[in-house]
Amino acid sequence: MSSNKPKIAVFKFASCDGCQLSLLELEDELLALAGAVDIVYFPEASRSMAKGPYDVGLVEGSITTHHDAERIQQVRRECRKLITIGACATSGGIQALRNWSDVNQFIGAVYASPEHIQTLKSSTPIAEHVPVDFELRGCPINKYQLVELVTASLVGRKPAIPTYSVCVQCKRRGTPCVMVAKKIPCLGPVTQAGCGAICPSFHRGCYGCFGPMESPNTASLTQTFRILGETDQQIARAYRGFSAWAWQFRKASEECERS
Amino acid sequence: MKSIKVNMLTRVEGEAALQITLKGDRVTDVKLNVFEPPRMFEAFLRGRHFNEAPDMVARICGICPIAYQMSAVHAFERALNIQIDPMVRMLRRLFYCGEWIESHALHVFMLHAPDFLGYPDAIQMARDHRTVVEQGLRLKKIGNSIVSLMGGREIHPVSAAVGGFYKVPAESELRSLTEDLKWALDASLATVKLVSGFEFPEFERDYEFVALSHPHEYPFNEGRIASSKGLNIFVPEYEEHFVERHVKHSNALQSLMNGRGAYFVGPLARFNINFAQLPDVAKQAAKDCGLKLPVLNPFRSIIVRAIELVFACHEALQIIADYQMPESPRADFTIRAGTGSAATEAPRGLLYHRYKIDDQGLIQFAKIVPPTSQNQKQIEDDLWHYVPQVTALSSEQATWKCEQAVRNYDPCISCATHALHVRIDRA
Repeated sequence: MSSNKPKIAVFKFASCDGCQLSLLELEDELLALAGAVDIVYFPEASRSMAKGPYDVGLVEGSITTHHDAERIQQVRRECRKLITIGACATSGGIQALRNWSDVNQFIGAVYASPEHIQTLKSSTPIAEHVPVDFELRGCPINKYQLVELVTASLVGRKPAIPTYSVCVQCKRRGTPCVMVAKKIPCLGPVTQAGCGAICPSFHRGCYGCFGPMESPNTASLTQTFRILGETDQQIARAYRGFSAWAWQFRKASEECERS
Repeated sequence: MKSIKVNMLTRVEGEAALQITLKGDRVTDVKLNVFEPPRMFEAFLRGRHFNEAPDMVARICGICPIAYQMSAVHAFERALNIQIDPMVRMLRRLFYCGEWIESHALHVFMLHAPDFLGYPDAIQMARDHRTVVEQGLRLKKIGNSIVSLMGGREIHPVSAAVGGFYKVPAESELRSLTEDLKWALDASLATVKLVSGFEFPEFERDYEFVALSHPHEYPFNEGRIASSKGLNIFVPEYEEHFVERHVKHSNALQSLMNGRGAYFVGPLARFNINFAQLPDVAKQAAKDCGLKLPVLNPFRSIIVRAIELVFACHEALQIIADYQMPESPRADFTIRAGTGSAATEAPRGLLYHRYKIDDQGLIQFAKIVPPTSQNQKQIEDDLWHYVPQVTALSSEQATWKCEQAVRNYDPCISCATHALHVRIDRA
């Protein structure tokens, strides 16, 4: 198939498939999107797999094997613009929790036949391996942010994707603050908006699935959690979620462990 | 043809390859090589609080996060001896209906139907069959609307909690879904008709099917584990009857039934074991399209998935009509040390979890057996038997047919490699 439409490719590394599934979740927009661009490489959805180069590469998942560390180099060479989608590709994902373990002991203890397993000691984001043009946050990503990002990339403008905190979205929705009203620990003040502030509207604290906002004040939040009666072990666990390896959350969790 | 190789299996969730070796027309080897990297959930769950686990295990699979949340919350509820509110129980069935509709519509229309109609994907299929694809997308969207309403978003919803939900919907909110679901029920019936008109290869095997079985309900969260060849056990007995094997060519474990070998989980297993518990509308749809029990042709699983769409839409309508908001969304409980296991029916089949927690509620041990690991050996066995039927075809055609045979199982490779078996012996 050849046309002058921009060519999009979707690549997967260690992940749950949820972020690339967001493309197929665009139920109302999918056929229109497919009319505006050529999704030429998307193995989860199609048997036909066109060779590169591609105009935009969407990368889901983190790097956890030697093979994938090499593959991402090849992917980068083939894509004019490379966009990471989701917490795994952007910060290493939930599987980055291994980064705090003694991996040799871990693998020996864990696997029936460890010699069959090839895995790296750590799970790392794509940007630790190759230059990335844009990192889209979320576990999972917000599908409308994905459409905005792809559209902006193709016309060459800056995408309208906010970097402020979840608190801003809570206020806009009119959700009472769960930390103030119910004393529930909430990562909203240090987490980037984008999900729509869902968790507080379900009477629970934000668990940080969009990762750290721009310049988060984690020290202040840690102190607030302590006042609410959380132990440092509990606070460290709160930062060690789906964006545990993002440096701001990593630092905050390690400070709790040390104190 | 000396071999059939598929370096990257497409239209499945996750990454796997297929290698079939032939000597003349005889198959000498079949390997489903799962190269999706392991993510080791069972290892990093240790030391986490049970309240964190439902959201963590959801990330094993973006297509069926609710299944992971449901198996986890039920396992912890058994460990903590929590009785859930009857309305919460119904809501969990509704939550599962949403996931089945979303996941089955995705597979039937976007992943499997293109094989039968001869297209590389649903987007190209839409050029000639636009209304069919649009119908599939709308069905999928209605499944997702149940999930979003109850859980805040389609993928990795946030409402599931040990003891119930963080928040439950009001009656009026749920009833707003009724009109869409009525359409979805009709569309599902039309889907059964559509897919039963596809051409199916003559291929049947003497499978042992395994599914949850409940006396009054088509199973989601509750029941005994039953097989089509007489096994009938309580869920906590699962590990006495099923074992996992680590093979070199795969990053996913293969499950076997002790002393009996490969078995089959998923829609076909549920349908064959629980047909009597289906509502009349689904039974009638099966009868109208000439489906006879037991269905032993895995290619016909697309019809059974469509019948499960009928069931899930009907069930959702029923639950919404009967729903009354419970007094409290979550049961009260006290934390204690214990072990609990649970199995629920993910869209792709039986999903078993077992956890051990200490008196602080921290997880000491986790074991998760997803449906695709359980079907992995069966997929390979199917190809041993199926390939001789296709060796006369061109290499390209034969390869496509083999891919289709794998897609019969709607394999979710990401699920299967959530970890390899984690066994920690601490003296």
